[in-house]
Amino acid sequence: MDFNDTEAEASFRKEARNWLHDNVPSKADLAGLDEVQQSKLWQRRKFDAGWACISWATEHGGRGASPIEQVIWQQEESKYDVPIGIFDIGIGMAAPTLMHWGTDSQKRKYLPPLASGEHIWCQLFSEPIAGSDLAGIRSRAIKAGDDWVLNGQKIWTSGAHYSDFGIIVVRTDPTVPKHEGLTYFFVDMKSPGIEVRPIKQISGSSNFNEVFLQNVEVPDVNRLGAVGQGWKVSITTLMNERAALGSGGGDVGFNSLFELANQLTIEGRPAIDDSLVRGALANWYCQESGLRYTGYRALTALSRGETPGPEHSISKLVGASKLQDMASFALDLLEMAGSLANVECAQYFDTFLNSPGFRVAGGTDEIMLNILAERVLGLPQDVRVDKGIPFNEVPTGT
Amino acid sequence: MSFIFRTESLLNTSFLNFEFSKEQELLREQARAFLIQQCPTAAVRKILEGNEPFDKDLWRKIADLGWLATVIPEEYGGLGLSYYELAVIAEELGRALAPIPFSSSVYLATELLLRNGTPEQRREWLPKIATGEVIGTLAVAEDIGRPTPQTIHTVARNGSISGRKIAVPDGDVVDFVIVLVRCEHGNGTSLYLVESNDFSHEVVATIDPSRSHANLEFKDSCGELIGADGFGWEMVNDVFDRAAVLFAWEQVGGTQSTLDQATDYAKSRYAFGRPIGSFQAIKYKLANMYVKHTLARSNCYYGTWTLAGDHADLRLAAATCRVSAIQAFHYASKENIQTHGGMGFTWEFDCQLYYRRAKLLALNLGSEHWWQDRLITAHEQRNQAA
Repeated sequence: MDFNDTEAEASFRKEARNWLHDNVPSKADLAGLDEVQQSKLWQRRKFDAGWACISWATEHGGRGASPIEQVIWQQEESKYDVPIGIFDIGIGMAAPTLMHWGTDSQKRKYLPPLASGEHIWCQLFSEPIAGSDLAGIRSRAIKAGDDWVLNGQKIWTSGAHYSDFGIIVVRTDPTVPKHEGLTYFFVDMKSPGIEVRPIKQISGSSNFNEVFLQNVEVPDVNRLGAVGQGWKVSITTLMNERAALGSGGGDVGFNSLFELANQLTIEGRPAIDDSLVRGALANWYCQESGLRYTGYRALTALSRGETPGPEHSISKLVGASKLQDMASFALDLLEMAGSLANVECAQYFDTFLNSPGFRVAGGTDEIMLNILAERVLGLPQDVRVDKGIPFNEVPTGT
Repeated sequence: MSFIFRTESLLNTSFLNFEFSKEQELLREQARAFLIQQCPTAAVRKILEGNEPFDKDLWRKIADLGWLATVIPEEYGGLGLSYYELAVIAEELGRALAPIPFSSSVYLATELLLRNGTPEQRREWLPKIATGEVIGTLAVAEDIGRPTPQTIHTVARNGSISGRKIAVPDGDVVDFVIVLVRCEHGNGTSLYLVESNDFSHEVVATIDPSRSHANLEFKDSCGELIGADGFGWEMVNDVFDRAAVLFAWEQVGGTQSTLDQATDYAKSRYAFGRPIGSFQAIKYKLANMYVKHTLARSNCYYGTWTLAGDHADLRLAAATCRVSAIQAFHYASKENIQTHGGMGFTWEFDCQLYYRRAKLLALNLGSEHWWQDRLITAHEQRNQAA
């Protein structure tokens, strides 16, 4: 049994810990900066000291660290409340896709500014007509000389308004079956013809955007993979997305609900003494702990250099529903006052309204179940009436 | 298993080795190959349908392999291995639905003697348990409903035990039983070991006849005190926590073979011109089985770590294993029948074996509801201690 780091791992952990201790930005460092500025400050500080994207090759701005060192770094960094979220798509999804599919000159040009935080990237995949059926996208790219001209509409793009580049999948050939006519590019978000409009969600906040593309010119050197190979390239991005997505729990979880049930009463007795409350809480505890230890098992595999597989879908699938159910349960504990937006337990109210989004974003519950059934259990694909049919002959119901 | 993990109390360890060791995985392969040969579902069905209380041939063979001796220290004739090895064996026995008194003799009787027996008592019983020469069990329940110290009416008077115990796993085949009784002095409860020539038993029909049960009658039976007088309930709870982790591994193993059966059937059974596994209604059932199974399995990893290291978190971890494993096996076994349609609830198909075993394992150590309550209580106690 070996519960501790090896000597080399322990020494790496100590080095990381010491550096973090001395360099995590103070409140004063961050005062007066918005989220984007704060994030860029932290990323740049890491980059300058060789702690950004440590598993990347040094010529790409990383440190050439091993998978296990990468995991140790993440463990140590996550002990601090540092702003890193805005780089999830660029560093977590676009970069692995660039590494896998990019040419040497693309990697040299685009990876270092990702590592340093100079460039922020966003993702232009979903469309109003193509969500779960992502390969059914209709935005077009038409070749014009050396360049491509893009037209169409993308949706659910986080951070589109502050991003420098966007990874985008578009249709280059509508006369072949849907998966075969797609091509993957990255586009400069400051290009003429791009218009970003925020989407107001149930909760009233706007974390996502619609992005309209009108005659946007994209040079052919911004293509990843061959023309018509866009679907395959997209899968690389999506596999990394699911590995990166957590349950998004924030301040709603077993501990907060346990505390709430200790504060509130039911007919004069602490709510936590109620057997229904105990049963529900016990079930969520089991889910939370099951997800935590499933994560440890996955980290063990990652630290051995294995790539994230479809079994990572579990975390998002279970976590999102749990969050929604817990928020709803907490509001119930407040009884009639649970309907009030300005009670002390505002986090449950907010989570109740935000959590439906978690069940959809990054692949719906239903898509996750399909992935588990088909890729993990090996069940046959559902019948697809659009299979083998040229995209422009597929029924659309319109 | 050498795994590393981190909780708030263990900030200086990581969790990058959260897996069984190579040697333990090798043991698993051997155990699985052995049980595929020696314990196919036909062997389970033979006990279910016949008059034999358990598969004596299989029992002999697993004794020869040393499985009964896994965690018994070498000084008592055991192998002195860890709970990781026992967890591996438990999962494989659960997967095979082995119709033998393993859980009674190994998870309950052995643990009670190891934890609470005097050196003489351990010397007397453990070497014989290790070879399979004797089988032991634990008797708690006396009536319908959740047992508490107050529901125990069996009494000890001058070392003589009188009373009645019901639904005792393997009560008809054991050589001794450890009985929870009202203690002789004061209000507490105590544990006494009674040999089988000193009580009468009546075999009872249960929800899973592949595992025999009996009601036991004690009339001035000669008993030997095990552990501290007056602390019977505490010792039972302690051994229940330990056994819960191992029962959970059996349940996880059972869930896996149920899922395998459902998946195989969904791929080969056609309806409306396609394999039924291509319909999302079936896919979602099977994917949900996989999810519940994975969560329960991961909880068992942590539970085994707390068991092997006698960690303070064992009570909470054990309840977590047990609740999630009960839910996983129940869900998988009922939806497996549903996946099989009409054939699923016939006597002929094996679906019933999993469905029966899932419920039996869910009841043997006390119900899901009881363990949900234990889980929250354990959490409350941990918070108070912190």
